[in-house]
Amino acid sequence: MSCIHPAPHPKERRIIFGNLTQPGYAPDLKTYVAHGGYEQLRKALSMTPSAIIDAVKAANLRGRGGAGFPCGIKWSFIKQDDGKPHYLVVNGDESEPGTFKDRYILHEDPHQLIEGVAISSFALGVKLAYIYIRCEFPAAAKIVAAAIAEAKAAGFLGTNILGTGFSLDVFVHQGAGAYICGEETSLIESLEGKRPYPRIKPPYFPAVFGLYMNPTVVNNVETICHIPHILRLGPEEYAKMGTPGDGGTRTLCVSGDVQRPGAYELPAGAVTLRELLYDICGGPKPGRSFKAIIPGGSSAKVLRADEKIKRKVKGPDGTMLDQEIDVLDLVMDAASLAGAGTMIGSGGVIVMDDTRNMVETLNNLNLFYAHESCGQCTPCREGSLWMAKMSSRMLAGGGVENDPKKLKSIADNIAGRTVCAFGEAASWPTQSFLEKFPEEFAAIATKNK
Amino acid sequence: MTGNTTANGGRQADSIPANFILEANEILSHYPVSKRSASLPLIHLWQNHFGHIDPSGIEWIAAKLDLQPINIYELVTFYPWFRQTAPGKNIIRVCRTLSCALAGSKDLYEKFCETIGIDIEEARAHHGDGMPVSPDGNYSIEFVECLASCGSAPVCMVNDELHERVAPEDVPSLLSRSTSPAN
Ligand SMILES: Cc1cc2nc3c(=O)[nH]c(=O)nc-3n(C[C@H](O)[C@H](O)[C@H](O)COP(=O)(O)O)c2cc1C
Ligand code: FES
Repeated sequence: MSCIHPAPHPKERRIIFGNLTQPGYAPDLKTYVAHGGYEQLRKALSMTPSAIIDAVKAANLRGRGGAGFPCGIKWSFIKQDDGKPHYLVVNGDESEPGTFKDRYILHEDPHQLIEGVAISSFALGVKLAYIYIRCEFPAAAKIVAAAIAEAKAAGFLGTNILGTGFSLDVFVHQGAGAYICGEETSLIESLEGKRPYPRIKPPYFPAVFGLYMNPTVVNNVETICHIPHILRLGPEEYAKMGTPGDGGTRTLCVSGDVQRPGAYELPAGAVTLRELLYDICGGPKPGRSFKAIIPGGSSAKVLRADEKIKRKVKGPDGTMLDQEIDVLDLVMDAASLAGAGTMIGSGGVIVMDDTRNMVETLNNLNLFYAHESCGQCTPCREGSLWMAKMSSRMLAGGGVENDPKKLKSIADNIAGRTVCAFGEAASWPTQSFLEKFPEEFAAIATKNK
Repeated sequence: MTGNTTANGGRQADSIPANFILEANEILSHYPVSKRSASLPLIHLWQNHFGHIDPSGIEWIAAKLDLQPINIYELVTFYPWFRQTAPGKNIIRVCRTLSCALAGSKDLYEKFCETIGIDIEEARAHHGDGMPVSPDGNYSIEFVECLASCGSAPVCMVNDELHERVAPEDVPSLLSRSTSPAN
């Protein structure tokens, strides 16, 4: 079975996972339509494109792919009448370690995504859209392609959709096992059939020079699935579920050392980290305690389970006050995690308990980034490999006193010095593990040369 | 699943069936703006059919798309999914990344290696460079990065299918259930 528990936790509110957790729900058109499917497309086609974009803005929807950019603002970068072809590319690469939500949408509710694609394309003036799916989901590629064919046969895609004159073609494009292709400009290069080296921004913002050098929106699978629900609930109602600036529900994927790992869908900001890990995920395994938490996919900076977060909050009279809270009392939304120096990212929460060695944990991630660096930028290509070699050597008993310092300096020399954000993704684990668990690195780095 | 490899050493491009061409043309129709976009799907089609990509495949795909062979070769060598040597009949992929590692995927990987008769050191040496093949030709194994199922760790794929929460002791029955026997 899957990582979504059949019975929702009382705090959960399933919208994205609403259909697919119904008993007997099948990924075909008939079932989707019986659950109210494609009604929002009908509604959208009677609206103006700019009214749809305004609704997405008012809903405070943030991208669910990792960077958390406000979706409506991204969409408003596309000029309706620039005379150029526009493209929509859906990011179904789902390869950020700790993230496992798009998998269920793609396999179990493809029409929800396709309805979202059709509405988004109408709003953005798109006539050709691609859904990029990592090739490790071979069944999903077939399921989504079959759903596209069904939707086309029923008049929800193709020429003259529902008699409105709007036409849209959608195709599935499979990746080939490279994490970098999740980065949006790499994904575009991959889709163009080139070696997927990310493009530099500026000037290559997808909204300006995207697919085939034309205006393009790249959105995560989950982000696009939220669009029909924004129209269904109305943007105000939708936004109200979340926090100001982070509307709607969010899927949070919890894995690692908890009793009940899983993919949960919660209103943004509805729970603290403590409620997520104890009430929803059942706490640590018997006799153990939490030690470290990576809150937003492997690239997010690690938190120590016993650390205090110092931050500024607005007091009742509007002045800024200093506040100190337990890390576990952080609210799970974009702003609160950013305030703690990390990010909610893709919503992948990875938990380590007191039996885990932090050097070993970091080494696992370092090996990931070393394997996945595309090799375009020297600091990342050389640095990610160097960091992995160093942490491996330390674990093998060859730790030298200067290693933590050197590791940090390598990471510091990658972050901010690469074409794409992989550089940060690769260095944040090393920087944060060294900062949060210096004692474990010092304990293993004992040789004097 | 990966039949039709030209184990006899012939050029793969000399044994392309008619329906392969039809499928290739269908793929091309998905990319009305640029044929080059069909590179990745055509390489997939080739590898799915022949099991791996030989130089004649690289040339055939390049010619089909009006590209130079280097344009295809640079993709075949970049993407971890593609290979230029024949794999075993069944491919096992065990997730190596953090959540699966915490749940014991290293033991799982080692148990697979032991069961199918592949030396772990040899398998490690192959990481990113073709796949080791078991002595009976029936299996290949790879340690892969996060398969996006971290909540049911440790996970592995056997051919196209995902298996979740796999314990080392499940390996023999899993192999007999989900792989095809040697010829
Ligand atoms: C190294 C790297 C890997 C990424 N991987 C993914 C991914 O697997 N899936 C995804 O949706 N976004 C991924 N992103 C984020 C995308 O670049 C992009 O921001 C996102 O797809 C935009 O969609 P959104 O605004 O709906 O979140 C990745 C970014 C980087 C830098
Ligand atoms: S870490 Fe193994 S599936 Fe994500």
